[in-house]
Amino acid sequence: MDATPSKNAAMNLPLVPDEPGLLRPTGTGSYIKDLDYSVVQQCMHCGMCLPTCPTYDDTLLERNSPRGRIALMRSIADGNLGVTREFAEELYFCLGCLACQTACPAGVNYTELFEMSRAEIERSKVLDNPKRSFIRGITIKTIFRYPSLLHRLGKMMYVYQASGLQAFVRKSGLLNFAPKQLRDLEPLTPKVHARFSADLIKQTEKPEVKSYRVGLLTGCVQDLVYPDVNRDTADVLLANNCEVVTPRGQYCCGSLHGHNGEWELAKELARKNIDMFPIEELDAIITNAAGCGSHLKHYDHLLYDDPIYSAKAKDWSRKLKDIHEWLAEIGIRPPNCASEKLDVTYHEACHLCHGQKITHQPRQVLKAIPGLELREMAESTWCCGSAGVYNITQPEMSAKLLVRKMKHITGTKADIVATANPGCMVQLEAGMRQNQSDIKVIHPITLLAQAYRREKTEKNAPKG
Amino acid sequence: MSGTMPSKAVLDTLSLIVGPNEVLTKKEDLLTYAFDGTAVLNTLPGCVVFPRTTAQVAAILKYANEQKIPVITRGSGTGLSGGSVPDLDCIVLCTVRFNQILEVDAKNLTLMAEPGVITLKIAESAEAVGLFYPPDPGSMRISTIGGNIAENSGGLRGLKYGVTRDYVMGLEIVTATGDIIWMGNKCVKDVAGYSLKDVFIGSEGTLAVITKVLLKLIPKPKTKKTLLAVFDRMDAAAETVSAIIENKIIPCTLEFLDKITIKCVEDYAKIGLPLDAEAVLLMETDGHPAVVEEEAKQMEQIARQHGARAVSVAQSNEEALKLASARRTAFSALARVNPTTILEDATVPRSELAKMVNFIQDVGVRYKLKIGTFGHMGDGNLHPTFLTDEKNHEEMERVEKAMVEIFEFAVKLGGTITGEHGVGLAKKPYLENAIGKLNVEVMRQLKKAFDPNHILNPGKIFDK
Repeated sequence: MDATPSKNAAMNLPLVPDEPGLLRPTGTGSYIKDLDYSVVQQCMHCGMCLPTCPTYDDTLLERNSPRGRIALMRSIADGNLGVTREFAEELYFCLGCLACQTACPAGVNYTELFEMSRAEIERSKVLDNPKRSFIRGITIKTIFRYPSLLHRLGKMMYVYQASGLQAFVRKSGLLNFAPKQLRDLEPLTPKVHARFSADLIKQTEKPEVKSYRVGLLTGCVQDLVYPDVNRDTADVLLANNCEVVTPRGQYCCGSLHGHNGEWELAKELARKNIDMFPIEELDAIITNAAGCGSHLKHYDHLLYDDPIYSAKAKDWSRKLKDIHEWLAEIGIRPPNCASEKLDVTYHEACHLCHGQKITHQPRQVLKAIPGLELREMAESTWCCGSAGVYNITQPEMSAKLLVRKMKHITGTKADIVATANPGCMVQLEAGMRQNQSDIKVIHPITLLAQAYRREKTEKNAPKG
Repeated sequence: MSGTMPSKAVLDTLSLIVGPNEVLTKKEDLLTYAFDGTAVLNTLPGCVVFPRTTAQVAAILKYANEQKIPVITRGSGTGLSGGSVPDLDCIVLCTVRFNQILEVDAKNLTLMAEPGVITLKIAESAEAVGLFYPPDPGSMRISTIGGNIAENSGGLRGLKYGVTRDYVMGLEIVTATGDIIWMGNKCVKDVAGYSLKDVFIGSEGTLAVITKVLLKLIPKPKTKKTLLAVFDRMDAAAETVSAIIENKIIPCTLEFLDKITIKCVEDYAKIGLPLDAEAVLLMETDGHPAVVEEEAKQMEQIARQHGARAVSVAQSNEEALKLASARRTAFSALARVNPTTILEDATVPRSELAKMVNFIQDVGVRYKLKIGTFGHMGDGNLHPTFLTDEKNHEEMERVEKAMVEIFEFAVKLGGTITGEHGVGLAKKPYLENAIGKLNVEVMRQLKKAFDPNHILNPGKIFDK
């Protein structure tokens, strides 16, 4: 099905409001109580979300379901429940995968209910303790706020890994002295690259024939761990007649902040990113990371009451496109290269299929590649357990989801699992290492870029 | 709405029976079991228990009966008449973890299951061996089979295949006093004594707790065909249905959606329903290919004769499935319009459909209410749905008056106040008027026989 725009306006019915303005976080001093009450009322507790919720599926407890969580939010709005520690822990047990939002016939805006609840939890400080505040202080509030810091840290990680120090630490048994939680996380550490996106992509790159001009968002994790995916994205855009503008020193999109209750920081980062791009000169602003895209598209909601930025944010959200979505929109040029037999299965990042309702476009990309056969896995839209920082904050549930996902991936006997989100890629790569599987984890756009490159080398190769 | 906790002695005993992890007492848990799928109704229970065996259920009931504590049985809580809404401070006995399929007997065409198995899983298990479990209530993806039997649920195929009752061959129940009784067997014929199991089907948790079910399966129909007829007048759709039945065709599905419902379903499912139509009929015939072909042709003809402006045939199984799934979301999708969605299920003999449909429209106009109507037209079961706001007391009063008129008119036409959702709390005030004093009195006597202390779902269907 096409993700056609909502027909609300044409229908003359007061359906779920499309317009931003659900949030009025200035009145009572409570994010939840400030919500337009009809948003919680929108949930008519029919239960259709339950079978699609990974946490409910595991525990079969109502509080671990979207319907249950919304009931708790409503109780808070009604004054029947305070922002308790139990409520806070529940909202951090939620993956934020948004499968419920796909399942919900009533059109409940779970994303904003979820983000507002976490913001309320942070404001009420029920989960605060020195360790948590310290970790949040250096990660969310510092490293992911200032790009230069993030890059410097990335370089240090690179030296640590490339120098053999990481291998030495792993072998030495030094890790045995680390707390168990840290020990379990260590294998998840992704490999950081020597050169980041700015070293790989020029500020402006021009195609042979120019039909469009687009901006490219390089992301944080993508930039450090998978900078090649950014290069591949630029190549694919060039091959499809798009001039690519990649501003230097881009900020984190703020999804990490929005999802973790740092509403004001999320706004600050949104404003900074908007300032970086010449929005009016671009046909589209392209992201290749599902988690970022899902958040980036809602800058209009985030900044709806900002006197200076609300208009710009509207333009931004209108032009913000996931790379697969953009390619499908302008028509993918099929690579004209020899086919190379490859079996690929596709894992749908939650924030692509649920967050942005983009499901067939990545498949279209894969199917455009000569020789590539798409083998669907069972439960392709079920969360892999990465869920932002969930694999760090909720390792047990995350591990269960990874096992489930690995079973479905290996079940397809594919050579490659394609997925379009750096978080999922890190998680699935860890899964492959744990399972000693040689299935490769690759971004769909990388596969397409490789095909375009083969096209060039084949053309240059002597015939015969 | 505030409860007092059950005493420590009660909780200790329950923990001893099911294990401490299977008893919930925290406020954040209880709040999420205070409601089911019905609008407005909401009461906090005292605790929630999750038995996994018949022996545990028997022990819980025996103890509750001694202590005279009300017990409300609940599956996934999707009921639409308030049947599983708690009594203040009661024990909620939740069956979702009592959920194994025990046997699929392909020789006798039966399936044995525990009460917490999800209806869809029953259907899939039957299908895996080429068999068919026809009852398909709208909530089948999450409803439990125990709940289906307790409510005698219907679905989209009732017209040809009947309702849940028609597929129950045996039941194991636990009475309020803790006695375990098995009723029925795998025989097609059995007249040894009263058909007791039939008393428990549709008893809404007021007579016993169902702990095991033996279901009848049938061979899977070879083929099916799905048609969508579009009308510019509501009563033309109703007349079409009456004419199809009159022509001695029994299709498996004849579903009706009115204009508001079409808009809401389309807004969610995006399957291309005609937004300007006054009504659509979703028609499905199944069975032997030759018969299916002929019936589909006849139905198309009849629809056109009665003023259908277009009739289209689903081109693939996938398309047919999409139409049926979209129809299943109708009730929840209607929540897109207004905060509160109150669903009724007045049912009339099929010859009276057009009268009923016109009457509902008229009531909506007279009381100035927004009513979306959809339903299983083929079996005369309509779902007029009030789109209102529980916070608007003046409008809620009009809803109440309109509802009474609809019930009275349905009964006058030889119909009933509820076709498939049950009486529960929502329709209790109208029961005696509809079926007569004596009928209700016999029911009271029956309840007394199985539940002398009135602990099982007290106050549902009728008062003590």
